[in-house]
Amino acid sequence: MGVPTVSFEMTGAQPVAVLSGEWTLTGLRGRLDTLRRQLASADAARAGHWDLREVTRLDSLGATTLWRAWGDRLPERLEADPHTLDMLRVAAVLGPCRPAPRMRPRRGDALVALGRLGGALVAQLLGMIALSGQILFDAVRMLRFPQDAPLRELSANLYKTGVTALPITALVGFLIGVVLSYLSALQLKTFGADVFIINILGIGIIRELGPVLVAVLVAGRSGSAMTAQLGVMRVTEEIDALVTMGVPATLRLVLPKVAALVAAMPLLVLWTSASALFGGMVAAAVQLDIGFGFFLDTLPRVVPIANLYIGFGKGLAFGLVIALVACHFGLTVRPNTESLSSNTTRSVVSAITCVILVDAVFAIATRHIGMPT
Amino acid sequence: MSAPVIDIRGLVTRFGSHLVHDGLDLSIPAGEVMALVGGSGSGKTTLLRQVIGLMRPQRGDIRVLGQPLFSGDLQADRVLRQRFGMLFQQGALFSALNVLENIAFPLRELRWLDRETIHDLVMIKLAMVELEPRHAWLMPAELSGGMVKRVALARALALEPELLLLDEPTAGLDPDRSAAFVSLIRRLRDQLGLSVVLVTHDIDTLSALATRVAVLGDRRILAEGTLDHVMKQDHPFIRSFFGAARHAGSAY
Ligand SMILES: Nc1ncnc2c1ncn2[C@@H]1O[C@H](COP(=O)(O)OP(=O)(O)O)[C@@H](O)[C@H]1O
Ligand SMILES: [Mg+2]
Repeated sequence: MGVPTVSFEMTGAQPVAVLSGEWTLTGLRGRLDTLRRQLASADAARAGHWDLREVTRLDSLGATTLWRAWGDRLPERLEADPHTLDMLRVAAVLGPCRPAPRMRPRRGDALVALGRLGGALVAQLLGMIALSGQILFDAVRMLRFPQDAPLRELSANLYKTGVTALPITALVGFLIGVVLSYLSALQLKTFGADVFIINILGIGIIRELGPVLVAVLVAGRSGSAMTAQLGVMRVTEEIDALVTMGVPATLRLVLPKVAALVAAMPLLVLWTSASALFGGMVAAAVQLDIGFGFFLDTLPRVVPIANLYIGFGKGLAFGLVIALVACHFGLTVRPNTESLSSNTTRSVVSAITCVILVDAVFAIATRHIGMPT
Repeated sequence: MSAPVIDIRGLVTRFGSHLVHDGLDLSIPAGEVMALVGGSGSGKTTLLRQVIGLMRPQRGDIRVLGQPLFSGDLQADRVLRQRFGMLFQQGALFSALNVLENIAFPLRELRWLDRETIHDLVMIKLAMVELEPRHAWLMPAELSGGMVKRVALARALALEPELLLLDEPTAGLDPDRSAAFVSLIRRLRDQLGLSVVLVTHDIDTLSALATRVAVLGDRRILAEGTLDHVMKQDHPFIRSFFGAARHAGSAY
C-alpha cells in the first residue's frame, strides 16, 4: 500500500506540489498531522501547480484534508485522474461552517438551571394529576361498560406485583425484624426493661417500618418494571397501535396496574409486618428469653388495633403513589433508549421520595391515634 | 475474476431441530453487486448475520475479504469488521443519538480523528446520501422511513468500507423512493468502487442493481450467476419467483 506523501519540486518560479499514495482513512492513520503541516507550509502556499496523478486512492478523509488545506476551494492548476477529481468535488459541499464550539456554563446559568428544575417539577406534577384524572375517568367509564373491564390484566398484575413479591418481602422483613429486635434488646437489657421490646417492635413495625419497607421494595421491583414496560411500548409504538384499535391505553395498561398495586400493597404490608414481627420474636426469645406465647399474648394489649389500620392505610396510599409515578414516567418516555433508562431511574427515585413524603403526612395526621396511653 | 470478497464453504445452520442451511457453498467475487434472493424464511437474513459475524455457524467456513471472521486475534477481528458496512433492515440507528452523532459514531471509535474532521466527514457522507446539513440535528424518531435508510447507509459508509451488505434495502419504501434509493446505491458503488451484497424480494431493485444473482432454496444455493443465466434455470421456485416478478415488472 502506498504511503501518502506530499513533496514540493522547485522547477520554475513557483514550486510544484506532487502528491502520491493512498489518501484514505487507513493510509492517513498516524500521518495526518505531518501531512497537514506540510500542506500548510510556505511552499504549499506558493505552489502554483498541484499534481495528484500519483495518488492511487482518495476517500472522503483525503478529500476533506486537501479541501481544507486549499482554503475551501480547488487550486487553479490541478492535475488528477477523473476519479480523484470526483471525490474532490464531493468535498465541495463543505461550507465554511465548523461545528459550534461547546457551550461553556456561564454565571447566572445556575439560576436558570434552578428555574428549569422547578418548571420540570411542576410539569411532572401536573402530568401526574392529569393521569389520575384519566384513571378516574376510565374507572367511571368501566362502571358503565363493565365488559370493558381489564380483568385478565388485573389478575396478571396482582400475580406479578403481589404473589411473586411474597418471598423477597418475607425474607427482608424477617431479617430487619431480627436486627431491630437484637439491637433494641441490647439497650433494654441495661435498663431492665425487657418486656418493652414487644411495645417497640409492635408499634415500630406495624405502624411504620412494615409499610415503608414494602414500599421501597415494591418501588424497586414493580415500579421500575412498570415504567420499563410502558416505556418500551412507547418506543416500539405499541401504545399507538393499541390506541388505533380503539383500546384506551390508560384503561388497558395503567388502570389494572394501579388497581392491582393498590389491592396488593396492604396485603403485602400485612405479610411483611408479620414476618418482621416473627423475626423480632425469634431474636427476643434468644436474647431476652421472652417466650413466643407471652409475646403473642402481650402484643394485642400493648399495641392498639388502630396501628394495624394505619399500616393498611399506608399500604393503600403507597401502592397508589408508586403505581401512579411509575405509569406517569413510563408514558412520558420519549422514543429513544436514553430517555427510557433515565425515566426508569427517575421513576424509582421519585416513587420512594413520594412515599416518604406521604409517610410524613400520615405521621402528622395520625399523631393522636393508636398510641398507648 | 478477482479474489472472492465472501467465501462460504459447507455452511450448516440449525435452530433446534430446524435445519436452515445444509452444506451451503457460495463465493462472491470482488467488484460485483450480488443479489441474494429466496423465499421468505429461506435463511437469507441468517446468512447475512453469519457473514458479518453476529452468529457463528454450527459447521462450515466463512471468509470475508480473505480472512476468517473469528481468528482468535481480537484486534485483527476488529479491523476486519471496520472493512465492511452493513445496512440493517430496520436501519438500527442509535435512538439516543442524533443523525450527526450516529454517522460520527464509527469515526469517533477510531479515536484518532479530531472533532472538526469528523464533522466535515459526516457532512460529506450526508451529501453523498443526498441529505441536507440541517437534517444532521434530527433524532432518529423524527425521520421518515426513507431518511432512516439513508442515514443508516451513511453510517455504514462512514469507515470507507470495501464491502457493503444490504438487508432488504428497499423494503418498506414506496416505488418512487425505492427507485431513488437504488440509483443512490448504484451511484455510490460506482463512485467508491464497492462490492455489494444485497438481500431483496423486489425484482425492480434486483434488475436495476445486481450484476449477479444467487438463489437460496432447499437449504442451499440453487443457482448462481448473471441474472440471465439464473432465469434460465429450471427449478419450481426460480420459475415462480421470476415468473411472478416478470408479471409485476411489466405492470409498471
Ligand atoms: N433466532 C432464531 N431462533 C430460531 N429460529 C430462527 C431464528 N432466526 C431465524 N430463525 C428461523 O430460520 C429461518 C430463516 O430465517 P431468516 O433468515 O430470517 O429468513 P429470511 O430468508 O426470510 O430472511 C426461519 O424459518 C426462521 O424461523
Ligand atoms: Mg429477512
